[in-house]
Amino acid sequence: MSDERMLLLTDIDEPGLATREVYERRGGYDSLRKALAMSPEEVLAQLKASEIRGRGGAGFSMGTKISFLPAGDIDKYLVCNADESEPGTFKDRELMQKTPHTLIEGMIIASYAAGTTRSFIYIRGEYVLQADVLDAAIAEARDAGYVGENILGSGHSLTMVVHRGAGAYICGEETGLLDSLEGKRGNPRLKPPFPANQGLYQGPTLINNVETLSTVPAIIAMGGEEYAKLGTQNSTGTKLVSVSGHVRRPGNYEVELGIPSREIIYGLAGGPPEGRAVKCWFPGGSSAPVLTADDLDLPYDFDSMAKAGSMLGSGAIIVVDDSTPILDVALKVAKFYRHESCGKCTPCREGTNWTVRMLERIENGEATPMDLDIMASVQEHIIGNCLCVLGDAMAMPIGSMIAKFRPEFEEHIERAREPLLAAQNGNAA
Amino acid sequence: MSDPSAVVRRFEHGSRVPGWDRPADLAKPPATIPDPADVDVPPALREQIEHHMSLYPDRRSAALPALEAAQRVHGWCSPEALEQVACVMRVTPAYLESVATFYDMLETSPVAPHSVYVCTNISCSLRGADGLLDALRAATADDGDVHVRSFECLGACDIAPMASVDGVYVGPLETDDVPRLLADLRSGEPVLADLQLARRPVADPRADSSEYPEPAPEPQKRPTP
Repeated sequence: MSDERMLLLTDIDEPGLATREVYERRGGYDSLRKALAMSPEEVLAQLKASEIRGRGGAGFSMGTKISFLPAGDIDKYLVCNADESEPGTFKDRELMQKTPHTLIEGMIIASYAAGTTRSFIYIRGEYVLQADVLDAAIAEARDAGYVGENILGSGHSLTMVVHRGAGAYICGEETGLLDSLEGKRGNPRLKPPFPANQGLYQGPTLINNVETLSTVPAIIAMGGEEYAKLGTQNSTGTKLVSVSGHVRRPGNYEVELGIPSREIIYGLAGGPPEGRAVKCWFPGGSSAPVLTADDLDLPYDFDSMAKAGSMLGSGAIIVVDDSTPILDVALKVAKFYRHESCGKCTPCREGTNWTVRMLERIENGEATPMDLDIMASVQEHIIGNCLCVLGDAMAMPIGSMIAKFRPEFEEHIERAREPLLAAQNGNAA
Repeated sequence: MSDPSAVVRRFEHGSRVPGWDRPADLAKPPATIPDPADVDVPPALREQIEHHMSLYPDRRSAALPALEAAQRVHGWCSPEALEQVACVMRVTPAYLESVATFYDMLETSPVAPHSVYVCTNISCSLRGADGLLDALRAATADDGDVHVRSFECLGACDIAPMASVDGVYVGPLETDDVPRLLADLRSGEPVLADLQLARRPVADPRADSSEYPEPAPEPQKRPTP
């Protein structure tokens, strides 16, 4: 493992790395100078050659996304999605808090490639410390001439504003985020038009995750083709993985994509506590369908996770050990999505609520095994029928839990019904 | 015609919109943008809101930061707070209310000055967050100064179970830490300085964080409410 490349986390705890002085001593902003010496097209070509896929959840190619932005002299925007509200995800927090200048540098390079002149970092309101760190770092970058008019004499200009959210999961969804940034309720929009054509203030908008943008300086420094040699053919590069739940060493780890999942969960994070075994795990945040212990040897990359019926998502692995009833997990997940549903689309608003109520019926002993079929059918009716994927994000994991742990649900239903049935029989007798 | 309130009650399904079951007061005149001559806005608050408005191409983008600033002054998004923000931003109070009711961190009813958000989402609850929440609630039951609420994932599952105390992340917490947490909160000291997220090195052993053992960063101070 020692020969593995680390691009983001190396020496991230160096004292003062959040300041420009230390960051520059470590070669910070060299990539920006290198990028500004190239033409925007050349920078874009490097990003395309790197084949980096978005690290926020959808895994869309960053270079392709930039090339969707129309050319021409119009107001275009760059928005960094730092809402990071997917349960289990905390990688962006670590990056922003400890090395904010990496993100700023990445954003300047991306804005140069995309031709955007205004940028915003939408950070969730709960991240008070991280937003303060970013504010201070942007002020330093502005003083040094990295942000503002005519950056380093290149003719490229960029403003950068940190926008603090106020607690809403849906604002991590890109169009919900845009509405929130425009000062509205964070309701997702109908797509198309996609933000690349019509986004913030109706202008073409490039939206990328913190980790994606923070990787850009490394891509420019090493060259896109060199970066593409890391990872697997379709999932290039390194990825931060947030491991949490029932593991001995929860935290952020940087891995090359394609590493066996077992190596992350057992090797890096230490596996479940003594005497316990993995019951199920979410490979990409609580929105990802669960996998079981049988899937631990799958390579951890976009395609392998998709082939296994799940997704890499935001790279958040949540491990559940065998001491936890699956019903508890399902109920927590469903209640979260019910709380966070914005209420715009019926299948999501009603479906999340129905699912919670059906799970509660199971818990209270009022359910019959048929409820599982109804619940599975509700999930099927949510998927693909909403403006955004929040509904799907509940339906997919809940559906997978019913499919993979049906005997356990049925056993729970029978056990919980016993007092009720006994009472009925008593009345009949 | 049947009683409209009975019709509304049919939809009792846990809608997150507060006030959905209260009928609108049709006798009230429609809300307009408050007249600057009638509204007294604290100068510091006005300055903050105007600063935020200047950062965006559209002034309405400042709604969230402006409401947060007003909440810091008033304690919650009270009708007066909304009117003051509306007056400076030149929007209707109703528009701001629609925004304020959407977001979890904007309080639409009066709350205690100190807030403790306990994450009870999946990763934290797997490690005992529900017990922690109960312990915190029990310990603050008769304390009018501390508002304990359960919160969705706060993005710190590596220190699960955790809480955000007036915006400062602390964890991993045990129920035994509750008295110390509340003592720090009441005395104005940095909360649980040894358990603050700000001082925690990255988990990945290959990041060579062991090279930099001390001095750890200063404990984070809470903003004065």
